[in-house]
Amino acid sequence: MAQETLSGWVRKLQAREVSSRELTQLYLDRIERLDPQLNSFITVTAEQALAQADAADARLAKGEQSPLLGVPIAQKDIFCTEGVRTSCGSRMLDPFVSPYNATVVERMSADGAVMLGKTNMDEFAMGSSNETSFFGPVRNPWDTERVPGGSSGGSAAAVGARLVPGATGTDTGGSIRQPAAFCGITGLKPTYGRVSRYGMIAFASSLDQGGPMAATAEDCGLMLNSMAGFDERDSTSVERPAEDFTAGLNQELKGLRIGLPTEFFGEAGLDERVRGVIDAAIEVLKGRGAEVREVALPNSHLSVPAYYVVAPAECSSNLARFDGVRYGYRCENPEDLMDLYTRSRGEGFGDEVKRRIMVGTYVLSAGYYDAYYLKAQKVRRIIADDFRCAFEDVDVLLAPTTPELPFALGAKADPVSMYLSDIYTIAANLAGLPAMSLPAGEIDGLPVGLQLIGNYFDEARLLGVAHQYQQETDWHARVPAAFA
Amino acid sequence: MEWETVIGLEIHAQLNTVSKIFSGAPTAYGAEPNRQACPVDLGMPGVLPVLNKGAVERAVMLGLAINAEITPRSVFARKNYFYPDLPKGYQISQFELPIVGLGHLDIELEDGSIKRIGVTRAHLEEDAGKSLHEGFEAMTGIDLNRAGTPLIEIVSEPELRSAKEAVAYMKKLHSLVRYLDICDGNMQEGSFRCDANVSVRPKDQAEFGTRAELKNLNSFRFVERAINFEVERQIDLIEGGGSVVQETRLYDPDRDETRSMRSKEEANDYRYFPDPDLLPLVVDSAFIETVREKLPELPDAKRARFVEQYGLSDYDAGVLTATREMGDFYEAVAAGCDAPKLAANWVMGEFSAALNRSEVELGEAPVNAEGLAGLIARIQDETISGKIAKEVFEAMWNGEGDADVVIEAKGLKQITDTGAIDTIIDEVMANNPQQLEQYRSGKDKLFGFFVGQVMKATQGKANPAQVNERLKAKLDS
Repeated sequence: MAQETLSGWVRKLQAREVSSRELTQLYLDRIERLDPQLNSFITVTAEQALAQADAADARLAKGEQSPLLGVPIAQKDIFCTEGVRTSCGSRMLDPFVSPYNATVVERMSADGAVMLGKTNMDEFAMGSSNETSFFGPVRNPWDTERVPGGSSGGSAAAVGARLVPGATGTDTGGSIRQPAAFCGITGLKPTYGRVSRYGMIAFASSLDQGGPMAATAEDCGLMLNSMAGFDERDSTSVERPAEDFTAGLNQELKGLRIGLPTEFFGEAGLDERVRGVIDAAIEVLKGRGAEVREVALPNSHLSVPAYYVVAPAECSSNLARFDGVRYGYRCENPEDLMDLYTRSRGEGFGDEVKRRIMVGTYVLSAGYYDAYYLKAQKVRRIIADDFRCAFEDVDVLLAPTTPELPFALGAKADPVSMYLSDIYTIAANLAGLPAMSLPAGEIDGLPVGLQLIGNYFDEARLLGVAHQYQQETDWHARVPAAFA
Repeated sequence: MEWETVIGLEIHAQLNTVSKIFSGAPTAYGAEPNRQACPVDLGMPGVLPVLNKGAVERAVMLGLAINAEITPRSVFARKNYFYPDLPKGYQISQFELPIVGLGHLDIELEDGSIKRIGVTRAHLEEDAGKSLHEGFEAMTGIDLNRAGTPLIEIVSEPELRSAKEAVAYMKKLHSLVRYLDICDGNMQEGSFRCDANVSVRPKDQAEFGTRAELKNLNSFRFVERAINFEVERQIDLIEGGGSVVQETRLYDPDRDETRSMRSKEEANDYRYFPDPDLLPLVVDSAFIETVREKLPELPDAKRARFVEQYGLSDYDAGVLTATREMGDFYEAVAAGCDAPKLAANWVMGEFSAALNRSEVELGEAPVNAEGLAGLIARIQDETISGKIAKEVFEAMWNGEGDADVVIEAKGLKQITDTGAIDTIIDEVMANNPQQLEQYRSGKDKLFGFFVGQVMKATQGKANPAQVNERLKAKLDS
């Protein structure tokens, strides 16, 4: 029964075939029974969830048809939730209970979604394996000796194991798409500015974007309908007319121009088996009428280096507020102000976070700013220009989401090899483009993700292409045996 | 050797918006600690800044008033440093592209000449909170009510050449921001603060000397004293064979000296970069024009108009336009009594003296413009003399009623009836036969004695000109 998709549940709830309370209880039971194997939740809010479910049932009884009414979801623990611990995967915020709700939380809650809890993540969203969490690593439901990807690893694993039908994620350099690929689910990073960042704890403000993670493209569309929209509390949020992201799901692919960026296929490090899966997916899309051609993104090799200047720079500043003065972790018996700062931050942050703060502080320093930060911003513009040129000839871009299969826990001790896990996802963040990952195959019982990158605000088309693909394949419907 | 002083001022003026520059929390001064700080001001995780349009409007007003360029696309940057009263660990400020570019301000020097001082730039930024060091038993308390209050930092060119010029510039700017009604100018509450960059150089040298930045100059008097102290210190240092080091120095008003706070080596590297949470601030010409329409008459224009319209001297016009309130008050008095010069004398004289004596602000004065105009009208129509008017004014100031009420109650109406004056003169002559005889035998000086006696008999109420005329006639007849 837990194999039902989020959109399937929406239909059943609206038809009153199931109550929100039953559904909520079903998933709470699964979390209690199965999550010890995965560690995908940091906080489960069972009592609050059941109360929300009852409220949703009352609204359903009145015939209300709000899209997510009564549907259980989970929030990545990066979104502030009033009265509930919001840890961001860090010891620094282990004791932090937010006094306010993130806009995303507020919108989904107003639409009647039932929050089951807060999902595990890499500390402050910095990581690609979910191993940097203060609350311990999350395990991949397809093979619990492997990582689920990161930073939204908890959300991806929870959805992959069907502990929840849908969850939110955030994507700064691939943090929705890479774990979606590793856990065999569908995840969308919207255009920068689509989803309000208010209340989403900042990692790299110019790159961060929240988005949906669920089994199917249709699920993601329904969730995005609730999550997206202009927010006057976020100055970078884009004011546009409301849009139905499920409107293009049934759009035929005939005449669709798909571009294959040469650079995303030729680079060393792409697992041949992954490439095989992507090639097969291309054939499926061609079979439904899409035209495929190669395109060039000649500066894509600059993405990872530019990202690892911009993201740490912004993070070094964004994380300065965690100083032990007002909230969060404070060291014991500080001797003086400097001791309070250095020990609170030294003890409160993990290694990867410290590494990025140090890199970021360095690249912003007087004398280095021009050589690093300013240069990286110029590279960003060049990368965005490459995409602009590509989208003059094609409608969407298609590529692998990751160069390789989910790796074993502890396998990437060297930070740079970890960073390269996001080699295909980072460019979309630098350019601010929407991009998604959907399951497209399996190798040795492990899922493989297919990435689609769209033009600005073209989420509906991306979801449409993915939905059409999912009409002909069933990779999205597969659930790891241990969790079926 | 002859030395020249070089001063540049950085003035921080709090903008009088109702809410903060990046949040909806109120800006009012004096609330219980941390009651006027919302999650944005507290630097809670996940919060984001949203720019207050009122702050932008006020900045543009200032820019227009100092004939500056308004930057069409200015950028907010983060100034990163750790301090407990800086909740985010960075201050949102403007760095490379400030909203107000090059402008200027004319100041009047002591010899009456006008000097034009360049204003390098003015930028918007947020204020920090306050650290409270008293009452926390060796700990420090943090009050974030002030955090996020909008500030405009106005940076002058290093074109001021003495402490007096610096004060004149600061006063001019202080008057201007209050004229524009963009800042309440309250220096005690820190709404208008000043840092001074001070250096000295040999009179004929083109390059600047090494400067020291003076902090904590929260009154006009302190600015003057701190600069004078610092200039003397630097000259003594150089003449004694030493050299000035670039540093930040704190002025201690109790000991009237400046002390080193931190040197250039210890200075922060602020790691400025554009704030990714805020889009570039675009100010188009339509917006500038709507702001321009809201500009009030500025001090220099008002001063010129006062000379023209009311026939005042340039000096008097300058005094009366020093603040917008004083100018408005004067105009209300002048309109109410139709005697602009007399009104000017009264406003600058008795009235201002009474304000100082009672230590009250113009708006709280017990005599308002209408009341003062009423008094002046009575001088003008000769109901009372100028001398009696001072007595009436005192009574009015003490709350005894308006001019007419006081004149009536105290019977101060001037005696202008020739018959009545003659009667009194006759009495005085009859009561002083000896003096009369002496006068008539050639002792002219006794005329004053008779005037005094008549005025005494009328308690000063007799019209002095009439007394003179009638007395002369009667004594000499």
